[in-house]
Amino acid sequence: MSGVEWTFIKIVIGMLLILGFIAFNAILLGYGERKISGFIQGRLGPYAVGPHGSLQMMVDMVKLMTKQIITPKKADGFLFWTAPILSFMSVPVLFMVIPFSPSFTVINSGLGIVIILAFSGLNVLALCIGGLGSNNKWSLLGAARAVSQFIAFEVPILLVVLSITLMTGTLSLSEIISKQGGFPWQWNIVLQPIAFVIMFVASLAEMNRVPFDLPEGESELTAGYSTEYGGMGFGLFVLAEYTHIVVASSVITTLFLGGWKGPVFSGIWWFLLKMYILCFIILWIRWAFPRVRFDQLLNLSWKYLIPAGIFNLLATALLVKLF
Amino acid sequence: MAKESSHPIEPLIKPDIVPPVVQFAVAEKFIEMCRSLSIWPMAFGLACCSLEMMAAGMNRFDLARFGSEVFRPSPRQADLMIVPGTISKKMAPAIVRLYEQMPHPKWVIAFGSCAISGGPFVFKEQYGIIEGIDKLIPVDVYVPGCPPRPEALFEAIFKLQEIIGGKRWWPHPPKEAK
Repeated sequence: MSGVEWTFIKIVIGMLLILGFIAFNAILLGYGERKISGFIQGRLGPYAVGPHGSLQMMVDMVKLMTKQIITPKKADGFLFWTAPILSFMSVPVLFMVIPFSPSFTVINSGLGIVIILAFSGLNVLALCIGGLGSNNKWSLLGAARAVSQFIAFEVPILLVVLSITLMTGTLSLSEIISKQGGFPWQWNIVLQPIAFVIMFVASLAEMNRVPFDLPEGESELTAGYSTEYGGMGFGLFVLAEYTHIVVASSVITTLFLGGWKGPVFSGIWWFLLKMYILCFIILWIRWAFPRVRFDQLLNLSWKYLIPAGIFNLLATALLVKLF
Repeated sequence: MAKESSHPIEPLIKPDIVPPVVQFAVAEKFIEMCRSLSIWPMAFGLACCSLEMMAAGMNRFDLARFGSEVFRPSPRQADLMIVPGTISKKMAPAIVRLYEQMPHPKWVIAFGSCAISGGPFVFKEQYGIIEGIDKLIPVDVYVPGCPPRPEALFEAIFKLQEIIGGKRWWPHPPKEAK
């Protein structure tokens, strides 16, 4: 079998596994979010459907799939339905390049981090055309907020990734992991603590998570860009949002926390452990912090994160040159 | 408390239900079960009864145990409209519009005396209050009380589950109480 065919078969199998992984993670994170919110607020969370409410999310998904499909009369039908599909379509590509372990990598690309940065930008395009196509003022305001937020927080992420790239000398995710060691003091987080903080905060903002969930702020814009979406259109947006949490956790794990490497028995389990701990922290933050104002959000990026990122980049360049 | 078919007043909006062309009994039973177990209410309140509705979501009563804590702000994503409180004539068009914006299948709970019949506001020459939400939209479950306790809302949701899926799931009585 020639190399091209083998790559193609590998991509198809990887795609199927990734779709299963996405659905599993959406259910796990959705359940986790409701349970964690319950525990933080002194409640039980979903408890009655299945043992400890574990079937609640599946029941919800079936219900969302069987709801009536509504296209508002004055909405642009094509844009309206392109948005949720586009939002979900870009996420399987993100998983293709993430190295879960040496053997669990679908495409071992030399430009892995660039592919992730490029395709995660499609999500904000989906939110934009969804808000525009809904022909609803709340949707449009939510979409405008999503776009300005994304543009503001993409810059610090690029600066941070550039610092890591200068340090390791590669754009390939598996190469970045192989430059790190198994023990915590050999990870990039020790050499680049400022970069880790910037990356984490900016990822939260890019995923529209609390405390930066202004595009869907319920108290101001009914449900933001997803106001007019019911049923599975809304479900696809939620699926994409949860998958972006997993992708961001994976990227932070890869860049800063040593990826699949652990003190003993390096392998995929270390990657998943670190990834799910980050996911848990992101869900935890949602229920622990109030929402910021929009000017505070933009000030955080343009006044603090970007200068800190530029300083970090210059310092990294200097130190790499010296040693 | 359950829906009375012989209610004297005809609602303004009647649901137009088209029978399905092909029927799959097992699949429909499954879907109905899923719908009955995942009822997402719409987040809106009209008067003091809405505070009892909020209390039902808080940690003493915890509506989340039965999967109904997802109060969606947008009517497009909601399944259940809880009408908690007095319906003034100025607010009525907004309520009807919210009901029309919800996708099928949708259900309505009339929560409290005002939403059932006008409650204490029924007297001669009153001009500002609609006496009962069932004059405007079809109601599935009526919850009496002024205001009803959060437990009454729970009971209404269990009744609604019985109406949708044909089975009452909770509460299971404790074994020693039998």
